[in-house]
Amino acid sequence: MFMVIGSNMTEAHPVASTFVKNAVQNGAELIVVDPRKHKLCDFATLHLRLKIGSDIALLNAIMQVLITEDLYDRRFVDSCTMGFDELKQKVMAYSPERVADICGIDPELIRTTARRLASVKPVMLCYTLGVTEHTCGVNNVLTVANLQMLLGNMGVECGGVNPLRGQNNVQGACDMGALPNVFPGYQAVTNPELREKFAKAWGVKDLPGKPGLMLPQMMEGLVTKKIRAFYIFGENLANTEPDIRKVEHELASAEFIVCQDIFQTETTRFAHVIFPAAAWSENDGTFSNSERRVSRVRTASPPPGLAKPNWWIFKQIAKRMGHEWLSDSARELWDNEISVLAPSMKGIKYSRLENNGLQWPCPNEDHPGTCFLHQGGEFTCGLGRFRAVEWTPPAEVPDRDYPFVLSTGRRLYHYHTRTQTGRAVGMNQLLGEETADLAPVDAAAMGIANGEIIRLRSRRGEVKVKARLTDEVLPGTVWTAFHFRDACANWLTNAVFDPISQTAEYKACAVAVEKLQEQATG
Amino acid sequence: MGMVKATIDGSDVLVPEGTTILQAAKGAGIRIPTLCFHERLKPIGSCGLCIVEVAGKATPVGSCETPVTDGMTVTTRSDRLFSLRQDILKSILAHHPLDCPICDKAGECLLQDLVFEHGITGVEPPAPSPKFTAPYATTFLKSWPERCVLCLRCVKACTEIQGIGALSVAEEQDGQRIAYDQDKCVSCGECIQVCPTGALVEKKTELRWRTWEVDKKIRTTCPYCGVGCQQLLHVKDGRIVKVSGVEDAEPNRGRLCVKGRYGYDFIYSEDRLKTPLIRENGYFREASFEEAIDLVARRFKEIIAESGPDAIGAVSCARSINEDSYQMQKLFRAVIGTNNIDHCART
Repeated sequence: MFMVIGSNMTEAHPVASTFVKNAVQNGAELIVVDPRKHKLCDFATLHLRLKIGSDIALLNAIMQVLITEDLYDRRFVDSCTMGFDELKQKVMAYSPERVADICGIDPELIRTTARRLASVKPVMLCYTLGVTEHTCGVNNVLTVANLQMLLGNMGVECGGVNPLRGQNNVQGACDMGALPNVFPGYQAVTNPELREKFAKAWGVKDLPGKPGLMLPQMMEGLVTKKIRAFYIFGENLANTEPDIRKVEHELASAEFIVCQDIFQTETTRFAHVIFPAAAWSENDGTFSNSERRVSRVRTASPPPGLAKPNWWIFKQIAKRMGHEWLSDSARELWDNEISVLAPSMKGIKYSRLENNGLQWPCPNEDHPGTCFLHQGGEFTCGLGRFRAVEWTPPAEVPDRDYPFVLSTGRRLYHYHTRTQTGRAVGMNQLLGEETADLAPVDAAAMGIANGEIIRLRSRRGEVKVKARLTDEVLPGTVWTAFHFRDACANWLTNAVFDPISQTAEYKACAVAVEKLQEQATG
Repeated sequence: MGMVKATIDGSDVLVPEGTTILQAAKGAGIRIPTLCFHERLKPIGSCGLCIVEVAGKATPVGSCETPVTDGMTVTTRSDRLFSLRQDILKSILAHHPLDCPICDKAGECLLQDLVFEHGITGVEPPAPSPKFTAPYATTFLKSWPERCVLCLRCVKACTEIQGIGALSVAEEQDGQRIAYDQDKCVSCGECIQVCPTGALVEKKTELRWRTWEVDKKIRTTCPYCGVGCQQLLHVKDGRIVKVSGVEDAEPNRGRLCVKGRYGYDFIYSEDRLKTPLIRENGYFREASFEEAIDLVARRFKEIIAESGPDAIGAVSCARSINEDSYQMQKLFRAVIGTNNIDHCART
């Protein structure tokens, strides 16, 4: 069985969705939890169409039923977890009847869902940004983990919590330590022994031990001048971050911005120096996918003009600042540095990556890689810890002036800000403009026709965009993406963040949906 | 599950119950000619080419659908089978134009190979039929209905593999036709990947090439989402002309989506940055790497001297290779001296 929460897999991870569909075609059950009736719902046994941002209330209520009806995996809970009593205490307050209004889900459907979940093993729970892009994103993740531990679905193949990673190498960028608190392989910068290990490997006296700033904090630091120079590698922040006017103000405030990219973007407009980079298929390297699988990327053609591999550019800057680095290819970087320094990737060498790659943890060169984590219910920290949390609403909820909830995401035919797909022949033909997806009942009430240009307005900004009337979205909500600059959802989104992860609440803000005044014809 | 023992072309095979003759033969290194069969699809049984003789049975059986039973004796090659296969291929050619010289698929066409293998000559070209007057086209492919051998791989792939159902079989007066539903199609191209003939051809690029001119097929990983599909880049003269899924690879097992199959050519855009740029008086001017790197290193050193290393921050790229992210965090930690390094995972 699959439970898919906050994941429009058929558009954002199309190939992954084909395997879910195949499993359903072969008899597996699928429960979709999503405010939107997206394509995967056609394959679902149950679709829980919850109100935007009510995930914790719903999942806590499912756990309340599992505990009340004694349907949870007592053996797994007793032997592999801790904190059950606190979980029980907290979720018992979330009766299906109590959350029905919060979630917009019938109490009986919540009970049915809980019973079905308990009737099959294993259940794989997949989630994507519908879970994380909330001010309660971290709590949402803790809650899905609570549910899977309560059901005893952890540490088994085809079970567990499976977050589908967004970009091709977002897993890898994390694994490589492009994070303010960890070195490659998730080794804490606060640990003096680890700092010493890395300092020795990198030929420096010492390394900073204080965790750095997270991206939104750095951006705010550009305004306060706490950050004076900002190096943006392959990110189009001016389109991807919430509240574009705020973001552009931040970028414009910067004293010195270096961009490194394959194209000029809305972000490179703010740069003082731009480096031209080699793109995918113009240099050798590796990506790490959602399964922690390290796979090879190979060169097909040379980069244009003077463009260079990114690692080469960084190496030259280091050299100019007095550091001679030895590794002179991606392979040397991996084999001689990364796999030597990150114990979980120690057994991964280029010579072993010729075919299907390897999934870390892979602690030695004879290890076959690890297909799923927490085998036998053994968690990294020993016992799996329940962390019960309370439901909290989105930071901005609808009111009289902004009566709709705006939620955002991705569409099949484009990728993020279209720097790539917008330049791939044919893609713009398949999707040439953005739409605001609106429930027909709402459109009818405002006299909005399908295809009519309407205005979406939030406290941050407004866009004019074509209305697309569809039952995919719940009444009272509007849904759009950020692929097209003019109608980019991020003119509207709310720059509020989860307090721990600093992930923005892209999935919920309040907007007004307005019919444009008829143009005067005289 | 029990095991069953059989003999195929004189070789003993021991296979799990339920294994088809075709699978068992393949396991024993014996190739049975097939046309509609595809490893990633359930047996279709539309072409009849995979027939074999089973001792005790008067007529040949389809090896793709017939399970091996205990004690079975199978013959995959005989004069009779060869002749029957020839007849099947001739009947296909009665409806398939011999337009190989202008067909994109020539050189990697399964039908072409089978016709060659079976030494078929002297086939009368088919008369034009009205049912072939309605080709369909998508943004990325074009159908040539007259070349369709009705193997139904495309229909099965669209339904069984992709779960889309944009292709179906329409029964018409003069026979079957593949029907296309534009509203359901998501342009994944699974159909074109499994089509054994030139009935579906790509129209992504205006470049034309013969299949044998592709000088390299390079395995790589897709640059779009986090699934990490394995692709085969078909490269001619240093340029990618086509992308297909690697049939037996993890994690995608040959599948791709529209972006993975058709989204590759952004790298050839004229908009690509080709030289370092330095802003001067509000405008960018071209510069050498030498000059640009000097400027960046000098400014970084000044800022570190004045405000400390934590006055510099960086975002790495979740699209680029691991080694690039590694190198960037090393630059910031070891050279600049700050942990102000992040990327878009959180936003």
